[in-house]
Parts: sequence; structure tokens; C-alpha cells
Amino acid sequence: MKNCEYQQIDPRALSVSPLSAQSHTTEKKEQRPRRKWEVFPGKNRFFCDGRLILARQSGVLPLTLGLIVVTCGLFFAFDCPFLVKHLTVFIPVIGGALFVFVVISLLRTSFTDPGILPRATPDEAADIERQIDTSGSSTYRPPPRTKEILINQQVVKLKYCFTCKMFRPPRTSHCSLCDNCVERFDHHCPWVGNCVGKRNYRFFYSFIISLSFLTSFIFGCVIAHITLRSQAGKSLVQAIQESPASVVELVICFFSIWSILGLSGFHTYLVASNLTTNEDIKGSWSGKRGAEESGNPYSYNNIITNCCVTLCGPVPPSLIDRRGFVPPDEVIPAASSASEMELPHFSAKNDVNMEENCQDFSLSCTA
Amino acid sequence: MAETHSLQDLRQQAAVAAKVFIQRDYTNGTLCQFQTKFPSDLETRIDKQQFEETVRTLNNLYAEAEKLGSQSYIEGCLACLTAYTIFLCMETHYEKVLKKIAKYIQEQNDKVYGPRGLLLTDPIERGLRVIEITIFEDRSLTQ
Repeated sequence: MKNCEYQQIDPRALSVSPLSAQSHTTEKKEQRPRRKWEVFPGKNRFFCDGRLILARQSGVLPLTLGLIVVTCGLFFAFDCPFLVKHLTVFIPVIGGALFVFVVISLLRTSFTDPGILPRATPDEAADIERQIDTSGSSTYRPPPRTKEILINQQVVKLKYCFTCKMFRPPRTSHCSLCDNCVERFDHHCPWVGNCVGKRNYRFFYSFIISLSFLTSFIFGCVIAHITLRSQAGKSLVQAIQESPASVVELVICFFSIWSILGLSGFHTYLVASNLTTNEDIKGSWSGKRGAEESGNPYSYNNIITNCCVTLCGPVPPSLIDRRGFVPPDEVIPAASSASEMELPHFSAKNDVNMEENCQDFSLSCTA
Repeated sequence: MAETHSLQDLRQQAAVAAKVFIQRDYTNGTLCQFQTKFPSDLETRIDKQQFEETVRTLNNLYAEAEKLGSQSYIEGCLACLTAYTIFLCMETHYEKVLKKIAKYIQEQNDKVYGPRGLLLTDPIERGLRVIEITIFEDRSLTQ
């Protein structure tokens, strides 16, 4: 059977004998020691020698940053001088503080590890296989495995992740864009260019809240600016002609406010009920069988406690240890399994192409 | 009798006979706790009470790291006010407890598990998924 996507792992083949380990270390001593981020199997990009992490598909992060910087730049350049003269000097101060907070939150959200779980080592994967699969070698992809456990007297199903080769902890989900299992997975945000998970959810939340304040603030100030200008004996059109940048800002802010305020409201609801976007969309706890039976087992049933836990609770350090060094005798499972996995797909594609070519040939012959 | 083998020597000399994995226990939610069930592979090597005490102490330490108390809230609020830049110079409470855990595991390996031909791996090196216990073959101990 050549197209075997799923392979049984033989634990006997993994035992490290002293002789092979020694020869390996003498070979590897000539190469420089590599950091773990260089051999990371997920689809991520790393900067500053592993200190910063971003998804490979960074989406529209440059656009987000660009929009924020351009709008605030126009605001400080064109609206602030007028408003400082006619109103108060605190306007650019507040605007500046909000801008700094928004940019720092955005960068923190984008460049922080969202809670990626490292993939299981081959020994671990073999151990899990042994506990489940007692029926010898499998020549087809086995049915998806689930394990049911009790959390706070409620039944929760844990799914087996075929890529990471482990049972996913509760509230963990596998992001297909980043090819990683992320703890307390909320969603993959293209605007931020990263997944939003356990470790960066509070940064994401403070980003959207502060962005709502910033856009509302700029919107209000620009309206005040144009109103004040048109009140001084000029018409509205004249006022706009004197300050065209304000119209640009108005348009950007108007469209942003609807979406950002809506998103902030939605996430405030999620924080208060200790839910993730993923769970809310799937309707995991939304009473399919009846409100009593399937409540959220992770909620503390108190809005303040839920908020405190989600936003101010303790956060573990990054589990993937990006800047650690790869041990010299470690087998890198992902690279080899990826290359093995590619072969069946490649041959399958070739077969399909050949079939199509044959059909076309036969059609052209008969035509 | 005069020679004392360090754990490093032991690891390089002995062959790995088997590895046992203690999985996570999710009955109380997503907190980091490990199952205290005694694996059958360790029956010949170590006392059940000793093993359970080790796992229970580790569970208590992880619970302390993730405890929702006034200290963690103050830390969280302070971090938010300083736009999360405070963690560039300060260590979080969680990281401090992780260091305590690493020290405890080192101590347990030196005193209890090493002499019995076992090795505990710090769960943080396995992404807090499992406690990996490596069982070494007995031949180096009978020298």
C-alpha cells in the first residue's frame, strides 16, 4: 500500500543507543548549534533571532498599521493646529497617548506567541498510539479519534490532532493557516497577522478597545473642527475645501467605527462569559440539548471573575522555547514526516493528470 | 564503591529501556494538573507512595503558578497600564514558580529517581503535555 497517509510508529526503532549518539555528536559538532525556531515545523515567521513570531501569511497587518499611522498623521498635521488654537491643548496629548497605546497593543498582539503547543515527540506519539490502536498495522486512515472526559461534571470531547500527534487539550484548536495547535484558540485574525489565543487575547482586546476610543476620538475632533470652521462665517463646502484631509479622516473613521465598535462589543460579551469566538461560532455550549445540561464548564458564572481571569489572569511563558538550542542528538520528526507525506500526494496528482490527459487524447481522437 | 556516577554519566552509559508518559488531568478544567495514577511499568522500580507524592507536589506547584489571587490581578493591571512593557524588566509570577518546579525536579532526580535508574523530564520541555519518565536498563547499576 503506497498511499499510506497514516503510519504506525514503531517504538523499538526509536531507542537511542550510545554508539550512534556519540557518532552523531562528533558530526554535529562541526555544524553551529541551531536554535529551535529555525527547525520549527509550523508555518510561522521569526524575527530578531526568535524573539518575535508572526504567522507566515501575515495578511493585512501592513495595511492595518498603515491606516492607523496615516489617519493619525493627518489628524496631527491638519486638525490639531486648529483645535489647539480654538479649543484646548489636551487634544493632541490625548490623541497621542491613544495612538501610542493602539500601536503597542497591535504590535504585541502580532508578535506574541498566541499559545502554540509544541508537537508531540515521536516517543509520546507512539505511546498514545499504543494505548488506542490495538489492531496491528493500519493501511487506511483511521476514523477521527475522540476521548471523552469530565470537566466540572460535564462531558467534553477531546479530539486527536493528526498533525501534532496528540489529543488536543480542552479549548485548543488547530489553526490550518499557521499549522499549529493553539491553546484557548479564539480566531486567526488577518488584520493582526497572527492567531489570537490564550497568551495574546488580552493584547488583542486592549487593541480593539483602544482603537474604538481612538477612532471615535478622531471622528469627534474632526466633526468639531469642520463645525467650528463653518461657523466662522463660511459655508460647509468652503470649510471642507480649506481642510481636505479632514474628509479623508472622516471617511476612514466612519467605516472603521461601525466594524470596530461592533467587534469590541462582541468581544466584551465573550470576555464576560469566558467564551472564545471559536466556541461561540460552533455553538459548543449554547444549549442544543437544553440550557441546564450544556452550560459553559469554564465559566465562573460571575461577570467580574470571568473578566478578571481572561484579561488579568496569569499567563504561562511560551511553550515552544524559540530561542533554546536544538540538542545535538534530537531527531527532527516534522521535516521527515512532511517529506514523506508529500510523496503520496504528488503521485496521486500525477495519476489524476494522466487520467485527464488520456481522456482528452481519446476525445480528440474520436473527434 | 569509591566511584560515584553522576546523572550525566548514567544517561550516556545506560540504554533507554522504556519511557512512561504521565498525561494531563482535565477534570478541573484547563488548569495544569497531572494524573496521579501509578503506571504499571514503574511497579518494579519505585514505591507507589513516592511517585504519587512527587506528582501531587508538582500539581500543587502548578496550581500555585496559575492561582487567581490579588497578586496576579495586580500584576495584570500594572502590565496593562504600562502597555505591557513592564515584562521587559520583570519576571512574571508564573515564571518564578516554573523555576521552583525545575529545582524541585532536579532535586527529585538526584535523590529519589536517579538512584533507581529513572529520570524525570521537566514537563515544560514537553509543552506541559506530559511528565516523561525515562526508565534506564539495569546493567550499569549492577557494576
